[in-house]
Amino acid sequence: MRTMLFTQAIDEAIAQAMAEDPRIVLFGEDTPLLRRELLVRFGPRRVRGAPISESAFLGAGVAAAMAGLRPVVEIYMADFLGVCMDALLNHAAKVEAFSGGKWTAPVVVRAPCGGGYGDGGQHEQSLWGWLAHIPGLTVLVPSTPADAGGLMLAALRHDGPVIFLEHKLLSEAWLEFLGLGGRRTVKYDVPPEGAKGPVPKTWEPLPIGKAVLRRAGHDMTFVSVGVGVHRAIEAADALEKEGISAGVMDLRTVSPLDKPAICEAVAKTGRLLVVDEDYEAFGLSGELSAVVAEAGISCKYARICTRTTIPYARYLEDRCLPHKPGIMESARRLMKS
Amino acid sequence: MLPDLWSLYALMLRSRLLEEAIAKLWHDGLISGEMHLGTGEEAINAGVVAHLREGDAMALDHRGTAPLMMRGADPVLILREVLGRPEGLCGGKGGHMHLFSKEHLSASSGIVGASGPTAAGFALAGQYLCPGAVAVAFFGEGAMNQGMMLESMNLASAWKLPVVFVCKDDGWAITATSKTMTGGDIKERARGFGIPATDVNGLDVSEVWKAAGSAIESARSGQGPSFLQARCVHFEGHFLGFQLIRLVRNPLKEMSKISIPLIRSFLRPGGAGWRARWAGMKTVLKATLSTWRDPRRDQDSDPIRRMRIALQSDPSRLKELEDKMGKDIHDALASALEGVPS
Repeated sequence: MRTMLFTQAIDEAIAQAMAEDPRIVLFGEDTPLLRRELLVRFGPRRVRGAPISESAFLGAGVAAAMAGLRPVVEIYMADFLGVCMDALLNHAAKVEAFSGGKWTAPVVVRAPCGGGYGDGGQHEQSLWGWLAHIPGLTVLVPSTPADAGGLMLAALRHDGPVIFLEHKLLSEAWLEFLGLGGRRTVKYDVPPEGAKGPVPKTWEPLPIGKAVLRRAGHDMTFVSVGVGVHRAIEAADALEKEGISAGVMDLRTVSPLDKPAICEAVAKTGRLLVVDEDYEAFGLSGELSAVVAEAGISCKYARICTRTTIPYARYLEDRCLPHKPGIMESARRLMKS
Repeated sequence: MLPDLWSLYALMLRSRLLEEAIAKLWHDGLISGEMHLGTGEEAINAGVVAHLREGDAMALDHRGTAPLMMRGADPVLILREVLGRPEGLCGGKGGHMHLFSKEHLSASSGIVGASGPTAAGFALAGQYLCPGAVAVAFFGEGAMNQGMMLESMNLASAWKLPVVFVCKDDGWAITATSKTMTGGDIKERARGFGIPATDVNGLDVSEVWKAAGSAIESARSGQGPSFLQARCVHFEGHFLGFQLIRLVRNPLKEMSKISIPLIRSFLRPGGAGWRARWAGMKTVLKATLSTWRDPRRDQDSDPIRRMRIALQSDPSRLKELEDKMGKDIHDALASALEGVPS
């Protein structure tokens, strides 16, 4: 078994797909240098740099996908989707419905997301709930290198628009580019299992919409995505010593949700604790409570999410984003209720 | 009217020293994430900000620290903000890319091009609430490809808004040279919206001061927006720790990290033919070589150095000024660091 870093795994999976499928092209701001290893293997026709014109190049990516290419459009950060949301909200997401199911836009939008390195509230948002709110968009949020590569391959083969969110705290490349900048004087709380891990020799696509149970437990079920999965596992390991047995489910796909797996796990434990780095109100955490309620499952419910604009100061940010002590405290309360 | 070079130099030097102090804090790990400095664009900031008065507004980009201090924000509060302290300018919640000072009608954004609509809105409010006031938009030439910036220019022209669009052109849009990403001439774009556009040497504070003065005067008197293209350099590249700059400063150390995976991928079976692969490799080499040769490495591109040469005619006054500025920032830093564990 070989091991890989998170972003290395994604780029490797893309390389494998590009070697097999000449329709795959990559573009975005700084893509030639950020993806230089793909550039020197596949050439400048397939790895292009774009001006700082997100509305234009994302919109163009959507239409190029409709016309037969398989573009991977890179947006510098998920936050910057705010600049070009129209291409996703009113176009990519609508093509299949408007054409009566006869036409789709198989574009992959790759964007780093998430916080934990002190970049402030305009550069550290998660936004998967906001994106998943729109019918017609598939939203993937991997938490390990193996899942990241496998889901990227699935995204490249999927026949509709896919948003692929790459958490910056897991990505060696983004954390070095935006955080460390060659320094050894700063530290980030990087989950080791998420940043580096075993990957298959040849990439196979992972099924979209399939959650995985990362840790078994009979008292309650933690449900999360991205870095939250690792925070939840750390909390569950610590809670074990207190006699609380928590299972951890990694959704991997935010839209479509793996409703059967969620319901099965929560029905068994009777307690659901959502750990979600995205905003609390009107998002994934509320959606999960609706999923179990609609299935007629009665359970105790709590959530640990981001409630405010993410503050710049690291000590404030650490308190704002879901963290181990907060998850543990919430789990203890859930046990008692 | 002639500019007061001494007071302009004081603004520029204070800003340089403040940003050097911030760079040190970043290198020491007291600042965690990205840090975009305006070192190299002091002459532009000073030449524009020196004209502003009560009621005028500034829409700042991700390099807003320097113009905000020049406008009057307390350097101690700015330093505390970038250190993430509760007593900072924004309570440690904004950081350098999101600096806000209501008192100075100044707002920053880390979204490229966002200063366009913000300046237009400040100018619009000024027309109702403070006639004669102007709004300045600071941005880089990369932002000239952002839709909202071009839309704002049209809006400002159509509504005759008192906006001065200040394009700080360093020739680089992050890791890409702007000329490879930009069609046509950006001044012609402004002129296409009916906005008068001027090219100024952004390293020469007198030149900027004169051009900004007439643009601001024209906006104040109801003539509508103007556009300045001021060329400059950013010595640290896009932000501190910028890979391309590190590569040319320390090629042996940085090259080995990059070149091994690059060569491995270049030789990997499956993919394009050799011609396309070589074209890809040339793109990487070209970016590195452009950094190697570019004016960011040339001392003559330093606006501070140019001013010092110009003011050498009175060395004792120069020394007095520099000592005072050095002490001011030194004291500000000491005050900002009080209570911070070393």
